[in-house]
This record gives sequence, C-alpha cells and structure tokens, in this order.
Amino acid sequence: MSGVVESLRVLLGGTPKRVSKKELPEEVRELHKHKFADKERIEAIHIELREKAANKQPEKWRRKRWAVLAAVNLLFLVSYYLDIQLLEGALTASRFAGFHMADLNSALQVMLAFKHVVINLVIGTVTIFILWWLLGGRTFCSWVCPYHLVAEWAEMLHLKLVKKGWAKDYHFDRRSRTWLWLVFVILAVVTGYTIYETISPTGILSRALIYGPGVALIWVALLLLFEIFFSRRAWCRYACPIGLTYGFVGATSPFTVHYELPNCFHEGECRKVCLVPHVLDTVLKGRAREMEVDIGADCTRCLRCVDACPTGALTIKYKGLGDLL
Amino acid sequence: MSKSSKRLTPKQKERRKFMRSIALAVGVTGISLLGMVPVVGKWVERLRPPGALREKEFLAACIKCGQCVQVCPVEAIKLADLTDGLGIGVPYIDSRAQACDFSCDGLQCVLACPTGALIHEISFPSQVDMGIAKVVQPAQCLAVLGQGFKGQARGADFQGKLRYADIDRWNPIKVADHPYDLELCDLCVRQCPIEISIAECAAEDQREPKGKVARVAQRQENECPPKHAIELRNIDGAMTPVILEGCVGCGVCEMICPVEPAVIVMDASDSRANSRGMRT
Repeated sequence: MSGVVESLRVLLGGTPKRVSKKELPEEVRELHKHKFADKERIEAIHIELREKAANKQPEKWRRKRWAVLAAVNLLFLVSYYLDIQLLEGALTASRFAGFHMADLNSALQVMLAFKHVVINLVIGTVTIFILWWLLGGRTFCSWVCPYHLVAEWAEMLHLKLVKKGWAKDYHFDRRSRTWLWLVFVILAVVTGYTIYETISPTGILSRALIYGPGVALIWVALLLLFEIFFSRRAWCRYACPIGLTYGFVGATSPFTVHYELPNCFHEGECRKVCLVPHVLDTVLKGRAREMEVDIGADCTRCLRCVDACPTGALTIKYKGLGDLL
Repeated sequence: MSKSSKRLTPKQKERRKFMRSIALAVGVTGISLLGMVPVVGKWVERLRPPGALREKEFLAACIKCGQCVQVCPVEAIKLADLTDGLGIGVPYIDSRAQACDFSCDGLQCVLACPTGALIHEISFPSQVDMGIAKVVQPAQCLAVLGQGFKGQARGADFQGKLRYADIDRWNPIKVADHPYDLELCDLCVRQCPIEISIAECAAEDQREPKGKVARVAQRQENECPPKHAIELRNIDGAMTPVILEGCVGCGVCEMICPVEPAVIVMDASDSRANSRGMRT
C-alpha cells in the first residue's frame, strides 16, 4: 500500500524518496556487496552496449506500440469513411460496436462544466476506467494518444539538435502538471465551459485525423516546436492533465513494468530513453527498496526501457489477484 | 560578462526552474482562457444540430467527439475549428450550404450524442428548436416579385442534398439533380420538411378515412407536426413567405432559396435562448 502512496506522490510531482542504507533489507545490502564481483560479466555488458550503439536496431516494443497507436486512430477514420460503425466518434468520446466509451479527462471536464451527467456518459466513463485500469492507466498515453506519437518524432529531432548544440533542454518542475490539472478542474466548475478541450492536442489531433485538418493544428505545431527547441517532451511531462488523470487510474493497475535488482548493473540505459525518468529512480545504485520493484503510476508502459535494458532487469508484469492483494 | 559569473549555483538553478514552471502553467492557462474570447464576444452565431441545449449549456455538455457528424445522412453537421475558441470541436450547421432536412427521420444526431448536449427527450422534427427562419430581404423574393422559377435551385455546382420522397424515400439526392419548373416560386414552402410532413399525414388520413382514428392513435405524439411552419401569404397583392409558429429552424428554406444572397436566413439567437433545445 505504501508503494501506491509513494507512486501517487511521485505522479503528482514529488521527488522519489531515498532510503538510507541502514533501512534497506538485509538481502539488498548483501546483493550490493557482491554484485560487481563478476568483472567478466560487466565487461561483456559494456561490449554489448558498445555494439548496440554502433549498429542501431529498431526497438521491438516501440514498433509494436506505434502499430497499435496507428491502428486505433486509423480505425476511427476507416470506420467513418467506410460507414461500418465499428468505432464512431473521436478519442474524446466514442462508440465501439455501439458500446459507449468516454475519455476520462474529457468526461470529467464535461461533468464539471455541465454539472449534469446522462447515463450514456456514465457507461462510457466506467467502461474506459475499467479498460485502462486493466491496461495500466497511462498506457493510454503511449499506446493510443496521437500527440504522443508526433511528440516522439519531435523528441528524436530534439535529441539530434541538442547533440549539435542547436537546441536546449530546459527542465520544469513536474508539479506544474498537477497545478494545471487543478486549474482546469476549477475552471470547468467556475466558468461552466470545458476550457481544457480548447487546447487539448489529443482531441485536436484525433478530430483532425477523422474530420479533416483545421487551424487548430497550428497550436499543436507550436507545442512541438517548443519541445524540439526548448524542452524535451514538455507537454507530456509537465502539462498534460489527461496524462495525470490516467496516471491516477493506473496507480493500482495489475499491468506494470517490473524491476529486478539482481539483474541490474546500473548502466542507466533505461533512464536515457524514458519519458518520465523519475519513475526509474529505483534503478539508481542503492535506491531500490526491495529485490523486486514495480515501476510507479506515472509510467506510460511504453516499454522502451524494457528494450533498452542490456541485462533484462526490466520486464513486463501482469499481476494476478494474489499479487494485487 | 565573464563566463564564471554566468554559472549558477544549484539554488539559483532551482529558483529559475521554479519561475519557468510558473510561467509555463500561467502561459498554458492563459492561452486556454483565450478560448473564451470568441464565445463571450459572440464572434460567431452558430445554428446547432437538432436538440442542442441553450448555447452556454451546449458548449459545456458537448464532449467534442463528432458522433453526430458521423450519423447525419446529408452531412449537414460540421465541427467548429479553433477560431470558435472553446467552441472548438462543437457541431454546427451551415444551413445555406447544407441544411438539416430530417431525412434520417429519427433524429440520429440526437440518438448519437453521448452526453445529452443534444437533448434526448425529443424524437420528431416538430419538437426540434434549432432556430427560426427570418425573411430578411422580401423585396428580392421571386414570389413577392411574382416570378416563377425554372432550373436547378442553386445551380449545377451546388453540392447540397435533399430527400425527395417521390424520387427516393430513403436516400437524399443532390439538389442539382432535381430541377424545378414553377409558375410561381414557392421553393421555401414546397421543400419545408415540416410542411411536407403535414401534407403526408393529411394524405394518409384522406386515403383511409375510416381507419383514421386507429392510425392516429398509433401515431406517436408530434409525429405529425401540429403547427404549420411557413406559407405564402397574399400581402398587398404580393405572395410573401411568412414564417409561422411551427418553424423549427432546420434551414432547408435558406438552402433551397435560389436568390443570392438568400431571402430567408436562419436565426439561432432567440429560440434556443428560451428553450432547452426542444419546444415546450
């Protein structure tokens, strides 16, 4: 339970807690003592990493994820154009084979602004809540959100430009996302309008894909330019309230990325690729509280770390009922 | 400035990061609030789909998904762009280009709406209250001028569709594919969905006068519009279109009017302001 509280605290912008050496379990301390004794293995890992860097292979999970993301978004489009009514609407609210689904953050905005909830919206919200609880919450971000995909492409460009010194990576306080989430909740109640929907790049991109582009895409382009030149993945990391909403949902999800301390040699490859590296603070030397740790709620389950880890310390885990209790 | 003085202490760095974060949050909030400007300033007045709540409630309740767009058989419904401010993604109808002619019969957009922004209590066109037609330039009206009309109502290139029950009961066709030849132009009255519906009900009653009572009982409330919507009235010797109480603001008269610009236009400002998107 304390794991969930800590995970929520980090999700809201808190800095991951450090544990003093004395507080660590005996087995963890014992492990750290002997971990680097096997010099040959460490050397082998470094050779492997150098080879990997020399000839880059496509990331296995990233390819699958992009395929899923494209498929979900294109299904809206195909369904509309062929008029097969398989997936109607857009990402803000839709019907899959006639069954209601509503994006949790959009539904929240509407409920707070309209102050009246019809049964179809309740059905849609509950359905989506259960679906994303099962699938990991912020999994929505990396596996479905169209902005995430274009932001990933912008990130690739950003990293190249930073290497050349043409772009900067300014960091922001991660609590800004929590403030913005609260601000948009309050604004919806006070103004009676769904203020956040005006600038939601997720909604804008989803509708642009299905119903045709518009001037709203300029806003999305500005966000991407900001990320390319000034701050890596700024919208997803520091601003997007949708991400926080799904983060809450995923805090207790059975689907997590799983960390095994014995297999970790603290190379830091995972943190280099991570959208939310604070969730991986546990992989830093001396930070893991247990031999095995589930990665926290802010994790989008993009699985890039699983691909990046040279020693298989990070794996996918679907917890059974026993694990949850 | 020397290089060393530019180097910041960790404390200064933290402070700068904090200020940056405040700027980010304030900036994003400010930009989102700019969305209020077109709405509060009433930059655009939109004709909303059937069953739309009062404008303020409608903008709040709409989840901006476009399911109403997808079910409309004549593709009358469009989604507004960012130029509508926080009305972005909210459906509207440009009735001059493509009006709602109720060719779906069952108000499909209302059924499709997941949030009740299009009020679920209505089932028939006569219960709709989108707006009201207004005759804005009677002097240009062909009927007032005593003129007939021959040809395609809106020209050969016009893409708008209407359902002509005598040609195809189920599928709307292009207005351009249905030329007219009228001694006196009465297109606005002739194509009014409410008037067509009233005439159909009357014809049905006439065909089987004996069974009338039974059938009327079968008919649901308001399936036959109780009030007329538009008529040509002789005013000082000129046949003038007059909008009546039964007008629901669907916009078909505006779309079909062959005069440029249209003699009749939709006014969405009054009617929805006083009702919850349905007639009371």
